[in-house]
Order: sequence, then C-alpha cells, then structure tokens
Amino acid sequence: MDIGIVVFPGSNCDTDTYQAIHAVLGRSAQYVWHEERTLEGLDAVILPGGFSYGDYLRAGAIAATSPAVRALRPYVDGGGIVLGICNGFQVLLEAKLLPGAMLLNTCGELRCEFVHVRTERAGTPFTCALTAGQILRLPIAHAEGRYHMDAGTRAEVVAHRQVVFRYCDENGRVTPEANPNGAMDGIAGVSSSTGAVLGLMPHPERASEQILGSADGRLIFESLERWVASGRQLPAQAVRTH
Amino acid sequence: MDGVRTVRLVVTLKPGVLDAPGQAIRQGLEALGHRGVRTVRAGRYFEIEVTDEGDLDGRIREMCEGFLANTLIETYRYEII
Repeated sequence: MDIGIVVFPGSNCDTDTYQAIHAVLGRSAQYVWHEERTLEGLDAVILPGGFSYGDYLRAGAIAATSPAVRALRPYVDGGGIVLGICNGFQVLLEAKLLPGAMLLNTCGELRCEFVHVRTERAGTPFTCALTAGQILRLPIAHAEGRYHMDAGTRAEVVAHRQVVFRYCDENGRVTPEANPNGAMDGIAGVSSSTGAVLGLMPHPERASEQILGSADGRLIFESLERWVASGRQLPAQAVRTH
Repeated sequence: MDGVRTVRLVVTLKPGVLDAPGQAIRQGLEALGHRGVRTVRAGRYFEIEVTDEGDLDGRIREMCEGFLANTLIETYRYEII
C-alpha cells in the first residue's frame, strides 16, 4: 500500500497523517509536493489539514488551483480514491470534486474540541471497516466548517447517499446542540456519489492512538487499508461536478 | 493600442446565507453605542488592473465565477473605471 499525502505551503497535519499510516498502521506513505503533476501509482491520496496558502481568498481556494489538485480529477476518473481532512475537505470543495461549500462557523470562532459523529454511509473506501450508525469520537479544529449546499445540490446529495458522517451527541442523536459549526443537516463528512472522494471535517489522524484521547480515527485508515488490500474497484464513473 | 483598466470588485455572501462575520461586526458597532444599525454584510474588495482587450466583461465574469467568488454561496458586483 502506498498512500500519497499532498503537502501545500501551510499544511500542518501532513506529519500527523504520515504518523497514522506509517507508525500506527505500519503501512507506507509518501509526501507529495503540491507541484507534482501526476498521482499515478498511488493507492490513495490524502489532502491533510492546515492552512494551505494561508487560506487567502477562501479556505482551500488557492490550493485548488495547484497542479497536484488539478491532477486529482484524472486520478479519480482512473479509479483513484481521495480523502480530504479539514482543510483538505475545503480544498476538495473548492476544486469541485465534492458538492457544496464551507462558511465560517455560526459561532464566529474556531472550534477545537472532541465531537461525536455518526456513520451515515458505511462501505466506502474510507468507511468499509465501519457499520452504519457507528459513533466515532474525533477532534475538530476549524473556523470554517459550516457546510452549505443550495437546494438543488442538497437534493442530489440526498439522492446519491453522499452524506457519510453527521455530528451527533454521544448517543448518536443529531441535534443542534451537537452541531459545533452550524453545518447544514449536521454534515461532518460528504462523499462523491461513488464514494471515491471523501471530505471530512474531524481529524481521524489526531485520534488514531489511545494516548491521544481516542483511537476511533484509526478505523478510517483501517478502512482504507482493507479497501486497498482487497483490490476492490469502484464502478467507473466520472466525478460529479456542480 | 490597448490600455489598462482598473476593476473594482466586491464579493459578498448571497442574501439568505447567514453572514457570521457581519453579525459579529454589527454587535461590535452596537457595543460601541452606534444606534440603528440593522444589518452588516461583510465581504471582500479587490482592485484588479487588467489590460483592456477582447471581451473585458466576459473575462472578469470568468475570473469571478471560476475563482474570485464561490457562486454557490457568494455574489459579486464590479465596476470598470
């Protein structure tokens, strides 16, 4: 297994992600500089958290123009799988590899705390070690996590079962109180229609060892490992754009 | 010969999209005693110098819709001076 972790100027969770794959999972990973023009040969690509290009313009907007991100579309069209974590999620939205957009948190400030999320869609490359309804305890750390869709996008996202995680309380109830940022429908993670591309606001790489307060995030990486090891293929389908 | 024009561009959140910074700024004005401020909409302002050739309006719209504004959540207006 060879996982590519894209490094932008301002990425700051790249080494945490490397640690989760290399030291915790015992699998090989490599850093991919954002100026790389091809991602061929990688079993999966991860866009890590951070503040790419200082988040100038909008979070993720400048990074979405980089050669490595522009190479994601042909990579996914060719069967590749991609995980965007926090800022990586924002980049995937700005690159239109996922539907929707991010706004500043309703509370007006950065939230840095543990939250619970409920698995809404198991069986994707990043959730195949989870069961539907399974609750994970993961940390968030973001100021722009208020996921938003227009009405047309929302209907499509529902129709294609693209909501993968929702914020919930410790018992799995999706409530306004359990929603840390005002995200529409409590959405914490959303995928492309095939599941090949997943964006996730919480940080699984920061919760992959019990010493960090939770090891639930490890299940995301174990899903990835299981998916790659089984050689499973997604049906050929171009990424939907909006 | 083509000259250079200045584009003054303002990008704001669409009406109906909750503007958390705008609300916080309005509260700040209220805290300072400024009365009668009903709403504040925050946004970004750009001044762009661009060569005046071809379809300038079309070029600016393309810059806005492809990059400078996220038209899912934002709206823009500009003037060319």
